[in-house]
Amino acid sequence: MHESLGQILITTILSGNFVLAMFLGMCPFMGVTHSVKVAFPLGLATTFVIWMASLSAYLLNLVLIPFHMEYLQLICYITVIAAAVQLVEMFVKKQSPELFRALGIYLPLITTNCAVLGVALFQTAREYDFWQSMVFALGGGVGFTLALTLLASVRERVRFSKVPNAMMGTALTLMLAGVLSLAFMGFAGLGGGE
Amino acid sequence: MSNPPGMKAPTNWEEFIEGLWKRNPIFVMVLGMCPTMAITTTAINSISMGLATTFVLAASCWMVSLLRAHIPKEVRIASYIVIIATFVTVVDYAIQAISLDLYEALGAYIKLIVANCLVLGRAEAHAARFKPVASALNATGMGLGFTLGLFMIGGVRELIGMGSLFGISLFGANYQPWVVMILPPGGFFVMGLWLMVFALVRVRKDKAGATPGSAQTQAA
Repeated sequence: MHESLGQILITTILSGNFVLAMFLGMCPFMGVTHSVKVAFPLGLATTFVIWMASLSAYLLNLVLIPFHMEYLQLICYITVIAAAVQLVEMFVKKQSPELFRALGIYLPLITTNCAVLGVALFQTAREYDFWQSMVFALGGGVGFTLALTLLASVRERVRFSKVPNAMMGTALTLMLAGVLSLAFMGFAGLGGGE
Repeated sequence: MSNPPGMKAPTNWEEFIEGLWKRNPIFVMVLGMCPTMAITTTAINSISMGLATTFVLAASCWMVSLLRAHIPKEVRIASYIVIIATFVTVVDYAIQAISLDLYEALGAYIKLIVANCLVLGRAEAHAARFKPVASALNATGMGLGFTLGLFMIGGVRELIGMGSLFGISLFGANYQPWVVMILPPGGFFVMGLWLMVFALVRVRKDKAGATPGSAQTQAA
């Protein structure tokens, strides 16, 4: 049960990648990966929210557990996440309006990104301490950005290829994601594994 | 069904049937992908997850619809999320009480129903605009459609990946299971293949339906 920080970092980025191995955050993975220019900033924004969520989940647990109010965990987490997303939204809108427009609905949707809530839930379930949680969140965010950027680059490449009619659209994206996921399975065992 | 035929208002039956197939949440709207991929390793898991989501969806859509006149527009998303989170907590504890095995198999993904875009999407797109009964029915239909989609993916993955269905071995001892199907990539591949099959059917139907009018009746 005692994992070193380096192990956690490598596991969450590669072999236990949030998107490709744990299926968290599929909606933006399918939705905004049409170009690297959009996918990468969204990855960064999500990384920040994930990190905020992890930090606040850790702090909330300090309050909830001594008072035996674990049943409020879910409601507290999601409310804090919604607030954090609002913050990021305001920041992006102010810093770069064109990016804000490109991200569109997917920016507020970070709230319902399973990866964000997932980090909070998994770190609680695995009883990580403070630094482990922080590294877990960082690795998760970097892994998410990596997966998004990779899929976006692949999709940019196949855009001009001849694809059978039946495979156009979502079906093709899913197949590409499957191949990526297969490739990431090659990392299994890195970082100590299970 | 007893609705008077007003201004093309959909009847309760139409509300219910909409999500089952015509606008299936998984295959047509492509919503709620995280649980779709993550827990569809066996048929049983898929169906339980589907039913849990159906409950949350129906209950929260009903609640949102009841409160729709009282929730200010600016804070509606946050309010919906809190309503949804409440019902998910109920389901989470209920499953824990009913079957510990199932609870462990589904893991954190029960709690992650909160972050299922399908639930929030329906609350925003349907429940906030229609009457409680209509939106509860619509949500139930959507939920069952979601369950059906999960089962279609989970069934195939269990069948190929383990050679069994509902835990019953089908192909005998000599069957060499195709393990990759129950590993993460399998989820992407099976879902992609289903979408491909539907696209093929659609293309074929469009060709057959080139003679006007007959396409829809044949499809049934």
